[in-house]
Amino acid sequence: MTFVRPIFRHPESPKNAIGYTKKHYEGALSTLCAGCGHDSVSGAIIQACFEMAVEPHKVAKLSGIGCSSKTPTYFLSNSHGFNSVHGRMPSVATGANLANRDLMYIGISGDGDSASIGMGQFVHAIRRNLNVTYIIMNNGCYGLTKGQDSATADAGSINKSGSANMYQAIDMAGLALELGASFIARSFSGDKEQMIPLIKAAMSHPGFALIDIVSPCVTFNNNPGSTKSYDYTREHMEATAAVDYVPYMPEITTQYAEGGSVAVALHDGSIIQLSKLDQDWNPLDRHSAMNRLYEAKSRSEILTGLIYIDTNAADLHTLLKTVKKPLNTLEKQDLCPGSAVLEGINNSCR
Amino acid sequence: MHHLTALNDFVVRFANVNGTGSASANLMFAKSIFRMGIPVSPKNIFPSNIQGLPTWYEVRISEKGYLGRREGVDIMLSVNPQSMPKDIANVKPNGYFLYDSTKELHKEFIRDDIHYLGVPMMQMCMDKFSDPRQRQLLKNMVYVGAMAALIDIEIPVLHEIISLQFKGKEKLIAANFQALDMGIQYVKEHYKCPLGLRLERRDKVGDWILLDGNTACGLGAIYAGATVAAWYPITPSTSLVQAFEKYAKKLRVDPETGENKFAVIQAEDELAAIGVVIGAAWNGARSFTATSGPGVSLMSEFLGLAYFAEIPTVLADVQRGGPSTGMPTRTQQSDIISAAYASHGDTRHVLLFPSTPAECFDHMAEAFDLAEQLQTPVIVMTDLDLGMNENMSPPLAWDDSRAYERGKVLTAEELENMAERYGRYLDVDGDGIPWRTIPGTHPTKGSFFTRGTSRDEYAAYTEEGPAYVRNVDRLLKKWDTAKNRTGAGVVSGEKPECFRGNIFRHHHLRCPGSPGTAGSTRYYPGCHACQSVSI
Repeated sequence: MTFVRPIFRHPESPKNAIGYTKKHYEGALSTLCAGCGHDSVSGAIIQACFEMAVEPHKVAKLSGIGCSSKTPTYFLSNSHGFNSVHGRMPSVATGANLANRDLMYIGISGDGDSASIGMGQFVHAIRRNLNVTYIIMNNGCYGLTKGQDSATADAGSINKSGSANMYQAIDMAGLALELGASFIARSFSGDKEQMIPLIKAAMSHPGFALIDIVSPCVTFNNNPGSTKSYDYTREHMEATAAVDYVPYMPEITTQYAEGGSVAVALHDGSIIQLSKLDQDWNPLDRHSAMNRLYEAKSRSEILTGLIYIDTNAADLHTLLKTVKKPLNTLEKQDLCPGSAVLEGINNSCR
Repeated sequence: MHHLTALNDFVVRFANVNGTGSASANLMFAKSIFRMGIPVSPKNIFPSNIQGLPTWYEVRISEKGYLGRREGVDIMLSVNPQSMPKDIANVKPNGYFLYDSTKELHKEFIRDDIHYLGVPMMQMCMDKFSDPRQRQLLKNMVYVGAMAALIDIEIPVLHEIISLQFKGKEKLIAANFQALDMGIQYVKEHYKCPLGLRLERRDKVGDWILLDGNTACGLGAIYAGATVAAWYPITPSTSLVQAFEKYAKKLRVDPETGENKFAVIQAEDELAAIGVVIGAAWNGARSFTATSGPGVSLMSEFLGLAYFAEIPTVLADVQRGGPSTGMPTRTQQSDIISAAYASHGDTRHVLLFPSTPAECFDHMAEAFDLAEQLQTPVIVMTDLDLGMNENMSPPLAWDDSRAYERGKVLTAEELENMAERYGRYLDVDGDGIPWRTIPGTHPTKGSFFTRGTSRDEYAAYTEEGPAYVRNVDRLLKKWDTAKNRTGAGVVSGEKPECFRGNIFRHHHLRCPGSPGTAGSTRYYPGCHACQSVSI
């Protein structure tokens, strides 16, 4: 962590399409441990939003409780943030999204927050295909309460106190795939090259976009024998494909190119370009994505990259047939039926 | 044997089997008396079950307007053999037991101090109608017809109600008329009509309506401009959100696009339900949920967050019998303390207590204004008795000039022109209520971080003692502001000194138990039932 951030910025700092420098996307100084994977994820979010030229005030960042859930303070300080209660971010994000469909929603959670106390809400947000970029900063332990194993810790993984975890791990990406999530990716906090395009693609995806990011806890779960340490993750990482994100190129549609590449067109016209594809994996096919995940697991690989995407799934607003105008902008004349209608209702009760 | 005699003052109880369509026939019965200008008070008495168990519908008819339940059934209408022994035992001496005589009554059911009126309802329907489901439904109309002839309900009034209910379905109207007439003719031929217990048209209900409190609350939310409702099904609150959705589908759909100006989420549990409400409210939409006692327990965590983070939150608590799962289909007012202090650590909430459907409507609408003005949860406290029964009530009223009071929300322009630093929790007006901003309002001003942890005036996390104290002291100041905004409670009844609180209903006091006698400890001088018994 840093204690002081210089006020001075290079006068020639590059500006994005809406004239903002990266400074506009930064947040408060992090109070997490030096070397925490979460800070790298915050950095990737800042970079992705800067590059996409997102208007910061058009983003709402929501979180639950835990080390991961503290991070929304550390990026996008011009966005409203909501650090809610433990495991309940998905419901708060659902309400927020229903109130204003025009904002972009980033939900930040952790493995304790989503895989244990908040499992129910995580599952149901997926069922509803809530339009949110849902990032799990996954370190396999409870950092804020000093290192207890979490539900994503692999069986046999050894924690800092030297004991091996007895229980099966919950694979959040696999679970999301099973539940029908419309965008599923996994990444590693140590791989910015991969995280940034994935975050951009997730933000462009009109539905529930999960990025399960292995983000090691330097203080409690970075020891030899841990399967969520920096070293272990680097050694066992296997990418589905190299990911690139190309914004706004409406003329390109989904197509398979020669040499195992695929370009997936998103609804806003942007493209996810995947190259060096695994031969028998198709990101648009749930079956093959599931096979790919299981194969990786059986080889003790940590499969990263985009795993699955469904570009046609209807999001919650589409399912509910809500008006295009955000509900929070409707006024009395739009909403109140008036006294004459009420008199009719009274009459039917006599 | 004597015959009970009374004019416009007796109790009729229907003993039905749930799931047989008796509810609508029973409501027609109550409504026809109401339309004759005579006050009625129908109550559903039902088990926590869907089909096959006994349910009762009890109608107290009282020209004087005494609408609390009173002991003793003057006329019992029984179409449920399962509960027959108990039903027969409940009839007052010299009272009447009207039953389906398709099968003969067993000897052990014969009491020598009550009158038996047999009508072979099922047999009559078997003879006249062919469709088995229709036979069952029309049997209900046969007993309504029998009752009408026995107590002098005006037949044209019943015809009018049937015609309205089945508007556009002429065949159904004809069949219902026929079944009604079968009941009328049978009792006229076999018994002396009317009985000593009878009705006579009055003009005692004025412009009042018969409506359940849950529908009134749902309509209050419609009129107040609620756009997001999230809920988890729980008796007896379920019909509240369902009423909201039903009216929203009628009144809140854009006629051109067919798109909805509302969103209803049936959540995975009560925790998520109130989480959705809080998220929507934080983002500037009026939102609400409805639940009952067990739901309040589950929502307590979030209610504490909404209190401390100061998010306008509207909740209707339709109370039922506790503790725990308790008596899900019976009324009680046992959540008052748990709602008032829902959540840990010195949390406190504004509660509103409606006593009629009209007040349900008003309080629900008012709750949205109050929640946004005070930036805190407001809980409308009703109960099963008010929520799920057709209560007599003044008509619902809405003043078209009434504006939605959205409280202190800064606009983009106000933020733009603001010279000083914006502080989400800064008490600039001295009333303890700070100014909110809605996400997305201004590119560089007004953003803040909402949290349930301690924070300073600028919403920054802090564990500094003085900042914490300033914050909680301000919340107490806001609490005092709330007291002045909600207005004083109304105590109704003639001698309120004997029974204070918010459990008064229907403008009459009720004693907690059976009517007592003057001079005994169980006698409540303000209770009309007690007075009528003992004075």
